[in-house]
Amino acid sequence: MQKLEDAVIHMQQSFSNIFFLFSNHNKLVNVQNISSEEIFSDNSISLLNQLSIELYKSPKIRKYPDVATFAFFCRKANILNVKRKYNQGGFRLGRGIVFHIAPSNVPVNFAYSMVAGLLSGNNNIVRVPSKNFEQVSIIIEALKNVAISNNSFDLENRLFLVKYEKSSDATEYFSSICDIRVIWGGDQTIDLVRINKIQPRSIDITFSDRYSFAIINAEKIVYEKKIDKVANNFFNDTYLFDQNACSAPRIVIWIGSEDVIKKAKNIFWNSVQNRIKNYDFSPILAIDKLVSLLEQSTMNHQLTKVKSINNKLWRINTPILFKELENYTCAGGYFLEYNANSIDEIASFVTRKFQTMAYFGFEKNDLMKALKKMKLLGIDRVVPFGKTTDFDLIWDGYDLIYILSRECVVV
Amino acid sequence: MCIQDLLNINPYSLKSEAKYNLLNKELLSLTKYHYENSPLYKNMLDALEIDIKDLRNYTDIPFLPVRLFKELDLVSVSPENIVKTMTSSGTTGQKVSRIYLDKETSSNQTKVLTSIVSNYLGMKRVPMLIIDSSDILKNRTMFSARGAGILGFSMFGSIREYLCDSEMKINLGTLENFLIKHKDQKIFIFGFTFMIWQHFYNELKNVEYRPDLSNAILIHGGGWKKIQSESVDSEQFKKSLNEVCGIKPENIHDYYGMVEQTGSIYMECENGYLHTSIYSDIIIRRSIDFSIADLGEEGLIEVVSILPKSYPGHVLLTEDQGIVFGEDNCKCGRLGKYFKITGRIKNAEIRGCSDSYAAKF
Repeated sequence: MQKLEDAVIHMQQSFSNIFFLFSNHNKLVNVQNISSEEIFSDNSISLLNQLSIELYKSPKIRKYPDVATFAFFCRKANILNVKRKYNQGGFRLGRGIVFHIAPSNVPVNFAYSMVAGLLSGNNNIVRVPSKNFEQVSIIIEALKNVAISNNSFDLENRLFLVKYEKSSDATEYFSSICDIRVIWGGDQTIDLVRINKIQPRSIDITFSDRYSFAIINAEKIVYEKKIDKVANNFFNDTYLFDQNACSAPRIVIWIGSEDVIKKAKNIFWNSVQNRIKNYDFSPILAIDKLVSLLEQSTMNHQLTKVKSINNKLWRINTPILFKELENYTCAGGYFLEYNANSIDEIASFVTRKFQTMAYFGFEKNDLMKALKKMKLLGIDRVVPFGKTTDFDLIWDGYDLIYILSRECVVV
Repeated sequence: MCIQDLLNINPYSLKSEAKYNLLNKELLSLTKYHYENSPLYKNMLDALEIDIKDLRNYTDIPFLPVRLFKELDLVSVSPENIVKTMTSSGTTGQKVSRIYLDKETSSNQTKVLTSIVSNYLGMKRVPMLIIDSSDILKNRTMFSARGAGILGFSMFGSIREYLCDSEMKINLGTLENFLIKHKDQKIFIFGFTFMIWQHFYNELKNVEYRPDLSNAILIHGGGWKKIQSESVDSEQFKKSLNEVCGIKPENIHDYYGMVEQTGSIYMECENGYLHTSIYSDIIIRRSIDFSIADLGEEGLIEVVSILPKSYPGHVLLTEDQGIVFGEDNCKCGRLGKYFKITGRIKNAEIRGCSDSYAAKF
């Protein structure tokens, strides 16, 4: 009991610089006494469904495809579909309190993290992005409306959305009371957050700096009838988030014979070039790309730049694949390309650092077979073009529902 | 004509075609030299698939972003020939540029600076006031941009007086005595734009003492970033200074220069335009494709100089933006391109989940 009182005093000290976007500090004081729920509780599913309905009511949703995708994800039909996989007769409960630290520059990520926390039966404290994204406001407003109309599930006791300055000791406090800390935002953020202790039984889920690549069957590009659609999917995988999402391909591996690859590259990149006509290009990116290439060139890997129409799209050829290839990339429309004979060649660069392999022109089962044979330390997702940014409850190799909950074994 | 011959002529005396031919010859031969003597520079040109034999115009020589000098040690001479290492000024924790000079490059920098500045100050040395503290020069082995600037301009002073103490507080007594001693003489004042505003103008504004600096010529540089936050532009800067010390606005000269190309600086003329000399050129580039912008069109500033020989810094791309207004026809009479700096490009607000992106640079 002594311990709890200490914590309360500590917490009250730091409350002055915490801004609550959802719920309030009186409720927060009590969060440690709120029990957790079973995974995929009816309450959480119906809450998310209401949230989805509420979001669709908002006229602003048209402006933000990322919010629309999120609303679509929260539908009851989708959640029930996901739930099916977890119906194995066991008894799983949320671990207690999840403290989420969302990345500062992806608006909707905080909401997916929150959904994972709710569906796994937990009470959640979410630090939302410091920047004022309208997407964040839209979702929070909808949440508030849902909370008012939904009496069965006392959301204000279970969910806290907060903002605070770096200088605040809120991270220290939330770390000290949470059962799981979920850290998005990359290596630097992880290092900074980890300065703060968590309890002995608590665990960290970290989303570190990851990189992704694309693999293209050249022949399929040459015979593709809807190449603009392929380019558009690729655009959504890359340029949509300035090629800076961890799931955005920065390396393109072409598979095929030399002459087919040559043809395919022409067709594909012309179409991409066409798609990026309206891409909002900031001048600093031109310099970033030049600095990246010139600096990388001094490491003697024989990289060469392909002549470019403009600075929106840069392609760099590498004659070999090597470890730490991810250090030879850049964001904002900069693609390292390699011509391969077979998919087996990716083993020479794929390390733990690699997250998503986006593919075009392959059969899912063939890729699965190849990866099973290779047993690589990296690649957690293999998705077709256009799907790299789709959120899934399995992310970076973690099954978030399982890892955020505990199994109570009844023998 | 090589640098030694050029030093005998007025630095603003070549018409565009003659200057182009001169720069072209010098810069193409420098490119070849650096390609053969700096392995890193060779790597870069190879990555860009540039065959130096095919280069005909200096506008086609690849430009290195100035940021590269913070990431890499770029040198074209063997280590035993390096006599001086210059660093850019940066706040603690920031990466700084390192520029390696041999005897030849260092000496040419001094000579060219002399030639350019004499065009504004006259050939004779005059009493000099430095709006800074002498403390900045204490470490002589590492030359910061600020120290190098002061030292470089100090050769124009017959005698030199530092106006600030180590806390950057201005000593008005020193100023008064100096002006009594050199009454009716031409005086040269040097300092960094921000220091002059902060420690000279803002101090004088608050006291009754009004020094008479109507005979003075002020040369200042270092950029406007800091004082622009107080919304002070060039015109107001001149007007304000004139109000507190009587210095004539046309005798206040800004200069644009960087530690990566010391010596061949761009001086502001009486009409408020920065000027290229026969040792340098400015090329404005469009960020979308690096093509050359039209006169009057804003773009990224590429700076070229025929001085950098001990390091491959003869063709650089800055992160500054500017506009060239014309060539050979500025009202001040100096030949060469005349231009203005319009600002610095913004760091991108880049989307994506990797927060550490910005920290990489």
